[in-house]
Amino acid sequence: MRSLHTRRAPLPVSRRRFVQGLAGGALLIGAGRRASWGSGAREPSVLSGTDFHLTIDELPVNFTGADRIATVVNGQVPGPLLRIRQGDTVTIRVTNRLPARSSIHWHGLIVPADMDGVPGLSFPGIAPGETFTYRFKVNQSGTYWYHAHSRFQEQTGLYGPLVIDRPGGERHGFDREHVILLSDWTDQDPEHLFATLKRRSDSFNYGKRTLSDFLADVRRQGWEATAAERRMWGEMRMDPTDLADVSGAVYTYLMNGVTPTGNWTALFQRGERVRLRFINGSAMSIFDVRIPGLPLTVVAADGQDVEPVTVDEFRVGTAEVYDVIVQPHDDRAYTIFAQSMDRSGYARGTLAPRAGMEAEVPPLDPRPLLTLADMGHGTHGGGHAAGGQHAHSNEAQTDGAGQHVQAHSSSAARMEANGAIQHPATEYGPTVDMLVSQPSSRLDDPGVGLRNNGRRVLTYADLRTLGGPIDRRGAGREIELHLTGHMERFIWSFNGEKFSEAPPLRFTHGERLRIVLVNDSMMTHPIHLHGMWSEIESEDGAFQVRKHTITVRPAQRISYLVTADALGRWAYHCHLLYHMEAGMFREVIVSHDHGGNESHSGHGGHG
Amino acid sequence: MKRIRSRAALVASAMVLGVTAHAQHSTEHEHSHHDRAQHATEPVPLHHDHSQPGHTESHAVHGPNAAATTQSEREHVPPDPPTHELGDMSYEDMARMMSMDDTEPVASVVIDQLDWRGVGGANAFAWDAYAWYGTDYHKLWLKAEGERAGGVTRQARNELLWDRIFSRWWSVQAGARLDLASGPTRTWAAVGVQGLAPYFFDIEATAYIGDGGRTAARFAAKYDLLLAQRLVLQPELELNVYGKSDPANAIGSGFSSAELGLRLRYEIRREIAPYLGVLWSRRFGETADLARSTGEDASEVEWIAGLRLRW
Repeated sequence: MRSLHTRRAPLPVSRRRFVQGLAGGALLIGAGRRASWGSGAREPSVLSGTDFHLTIDELPVNFTGADRIATVVNGQVPGPLLRIRQGDTVTIRVTNRLPARSSIHWHGLIVPADMDGVPGLSFPGIAPGETFTYRFKVNQSGTYWYHAHSRFQEQTGLYGPLVIDRPGGERHGFDREHVILLSDWTDQDPEHLFATLKRRSDSFNYGKRTLSDFLADVRRQGWEATAAERRMWGEMRMDPTDLADVSGAVYTYLMNGVTPTGNWTALFQRGERVRLRFINGSAMSIFDVRIPGLPLTVVAADGQDVEPVTVDEFRVGTAEVYDVIVQPHDDRAYTIFAQSMDRSGYARGTLAPRAGMEAEVPPLDPRPLLTLADMGHGTHGGGHAAGGQHAHSNEAQTDGAGQHVQAHSSSAARMEANGAIQHPATEYGPTVDMLVSQPSSRLDDPGVGLRNNGRRVLTYADLRTLGGPIDRRGAGREIELHLTGHMERFIWSFNGEKFSEAPPLRFTHGERLRIVLVNDSMMTHPIHLHGMWSEIESEDGAFQVRKHTITVRPAQRISYLVTADALGRWAYHCHLLYHMEAGMFREVIVSHDHGGNESHSGHGGHG
Repeated sequence: MKRIRSRAALVASAMVLGVTAHAQHSTEHEHSHHDRAQHATEPVPLHHDHSQPGHTESHAVHGPNAAATTQSEREHVPPDPPTHELGDMSYEDMARMMSMDDTEPVASVVIDQLDWRGVGGANAFAWDAYAWYGTDYHKLWLKAEGERAGGVTRQARNELLWDRIFSRWWSVQAGARLDLASGPTRTWAAVGVQGLAPYFFDIEATAYIGDGGRTAARFAAKYDLLLAQRLVLQPELELNVYGKSDPANAIGSGFSSAELGLRLRYEIRREIAPYLGVLWSRRFGETADLARSTGEDASEVEWIAGLRLRW
C-alpha cells in the first residue's frame, strides 16, 4: 500500500555539485584566515573549562562553488564545541563583530531568564561591537547546542555544539565519542528565501505530483480510486508532497560543517563503543539518520539519559538531540547517512577505522507522500505495523483516525462524539487553512516516510528518561494549544494567532501544568519551550520522556507536563526558523501572580 | 518476526552497554527548592521490553511509589530568578530588538505573461503583470494587462486595488481601474474577489462601475498542470461582459469577449520561465459586429511565445 505512494527523487547531474557540495567541504576562504578543518577527519575545535570567549563575525565561505558570507563563531561553522562540567559556574563572553544585533541562546540549558539569550525577552541582544557576558551555574549534563536567536543568523552559520560532562562518569559507558551536528546551508540570502516563501510557499518543492504520476496511479489503482484521492486533496487545496518548506533545491546539508562530498569522518577502533552525539542544528530540516550495518543504541534524548533502546534509524527534528552508542566490530568504513525528511538531499559522513576510507552511500529513500491517514482521514494503518510496537486502546476506539474538516463544516466537527476536539474561535479565520477534529496521539508512529521501511525506527514511545520526572505532581491545570498555519499564505501561529496578535501565556511560579499540543497543520513542527523541561506523557498518562524540543506530526496530539519553576519571560516557539519568523512564537511569563488566565483548555492565548 | 527482533535488540543493547542504573543513586543532591521532596529512592528500571503491552504501568508516576522522590527530582535545579529584566516596551520596539516581526510587509512583482503574438501573422505584443505589497492581511495590488498590435494599443487595463483576506482562500479587492487604450480613456471603480478555488484554480472575479453609467464584469481562471516538475501546461480562461456599448473602444454591450489560452512553460528557475502557447479569442454580439466592421475577425487563433518573470 505504502509503496503506491512513493516515488524516487532523482538528483539531476547538473545539480550534483550544488547538492553534494565541494570536496573541500566547509572551506573558509577568508584571506589569511583559511581554516583547514573542513576536510575529512578533523573534529570541530573544542573549548573547555569555565571561562569562554566567543566572537561572532562574518567570514567568506564556499560550500557549493559559490563564495558566500557566513555568520561564524570564532571563525568556524559550526562554532567550537563548548565542553563544560556539570556543577561548574561558567562565564561566556560573547563579542559581536557583526554589523547587526546578535545573540546566543543555550538550547536546552536551564539558566536564569536573563542568561537565556533571547533578545526582547531575556536581554536587549548584543549590539554591534559589544560584548555580553553570560554567567550561570550548570546543573545538568548531556549533549546540547547553542545558536543565534536573532533573525536568520542561525541559518547563515551561527550554531555550535555544547556538551556537559557528568562528574563521576557517564551512565552509559563508551570508549570514544564524536559530536555530529547536522545543519542546512543555503547560498541564498535568507531574507530573500523567507520572502520567496511568503510570496509562493511551494517555490522549493520539486517533488510535486505530475501528470505522469496521475497516469501511473490510474494504471495501478484504477481511475475511480485515483480520481477520488486527487479530488480529496484538491478540495482541501492541500498538497501531499508538502513535506518541507525549504528543500535540497536550495539547501546543501552539512555534517559538522562538511558537505556530503567533503565526507566528514569520525574514527574508531574495532570493538570500541563509540558514542555519537547527534544534534540537529539546522534551520528548517528534519533528518532521518542511520548508519547502514550498525545498530544504533539510543542512550539519551535532548541531553537526558534514557533507557537504552536499539534501533536502525531515527528521525531527529530541528533542534532535537539524540545520543547513540555504536560498536563496530569490523575493520571497515560505515556511512553516517542523514537524509532530509522530504528526500531532497542528505548530509553524509563516515565512521572509519582510518582516515580516507569511505563506504557505500545509500540512495535516497523514495520520496514519501502524506496520506489521508497522516491528515487524520480514514483508517490509519501505518503506525501500528512498524517496529512491532504495542497497540493503544484509545486509538482502537477511534480507529486511529481523526476527521479532517474544513471551516464551513465546523459545527459538525464540534458535535462529533468520541474524543472530538474543540478548536478555539481564533482558529476560524482566514489565516488557518486546516483543522483536525479527532487527532490521535500515536507516540509509536515513526511518521511519514519511515513506516514499514524494513528498519526498526525510533519513536517517542521507545524513549524512557531514566530517573523519572523532575516533579511527580500531577498537572494542576491544562493549556491546550493548536499548531496552526496557512500553507499557501505562509502564515504560522498557535491557535490561529501569530506572535504579534497573542498575549503572553502566563504560568504561576511553582505550578505543574499540562500542555496539550494539537497539530492542525499538515507540517511537522518541532516545538521548543525555553527555561523549563517538557515531560511527555505516555498515552496512559505515565511519565515517558523529558525533552526540550518536541516534534509534533500532522494531526497528532501530544501532551506533556511542565513545572513552572523558572521565573521570568521565556520564548516558546516552533523551531523551524521561518515558521517562527512567520508568527509561530509565544512569550511565556512565569511569575508569582495567581492571575491564572487560560485556566481551561482550548484557549491558551486568551486570558 | 519484528517483535522478536526488537526484543533481541534490546537484550543486546543491555549487554553491550552493561548499564548499572542503580549505581546512580549515589548522587545525593538535595535541593531546598523542592520542599515536597522526600528521601526515599525510586528504583530506576534498566530497560523495558517494549513489545509487551502495558509496560508503562511500571513507570506510572502516581503508582505505589508516588511518595518517593525521583532521582530526576533530586537532581533538577530550577534556575535562579533573573537579575536583570527588560522594561515594558511596545510590540514594535520588541520586534526591533528581537529582529523578528510577523507583521512585516512583503513585496512581489510578477510579469505573468509577456506574449509575442506574431507567430505567422500580425506583429502583436501583449502583457499581463501584477505587483503587490503588504502584510498577511492587507495588500496593495497593481495589475496591468494589455495588447499592442501594429503600433496601436488595442487594450490596456490597469488596476490599483486594496486587497483584504476574508476567508481561507479568498480575498476581497476594491479600487480603481483605468483603461488606457488607443480609444478614449475610461475610469472605473472596481470590486471583486480573488483566490484559490477547490482543485487549485486561481480565480479573479471583478465588477466595475465606470463614468457615464458604464458597468463591466471580468472573470479569469488559471490552472497549472504539471507535466514534469519544471514543465507546466497552463490553461487560462478570461471572460468580459459590458453593460453599455463603447464603440470608440470597440466594445459592445453584453457578453463581449472570451479568451482561452494554453501556455506550456519551462521553469528554468522559478523566476524565469519561457513558454510557447496558443490563444483562441472570440468576440461576441455587438463587439463582434464592431470588429467585423473594421475588417477584423470575430474569432482568431494565434500562436504565442513568451516569458514569465518573477521577483
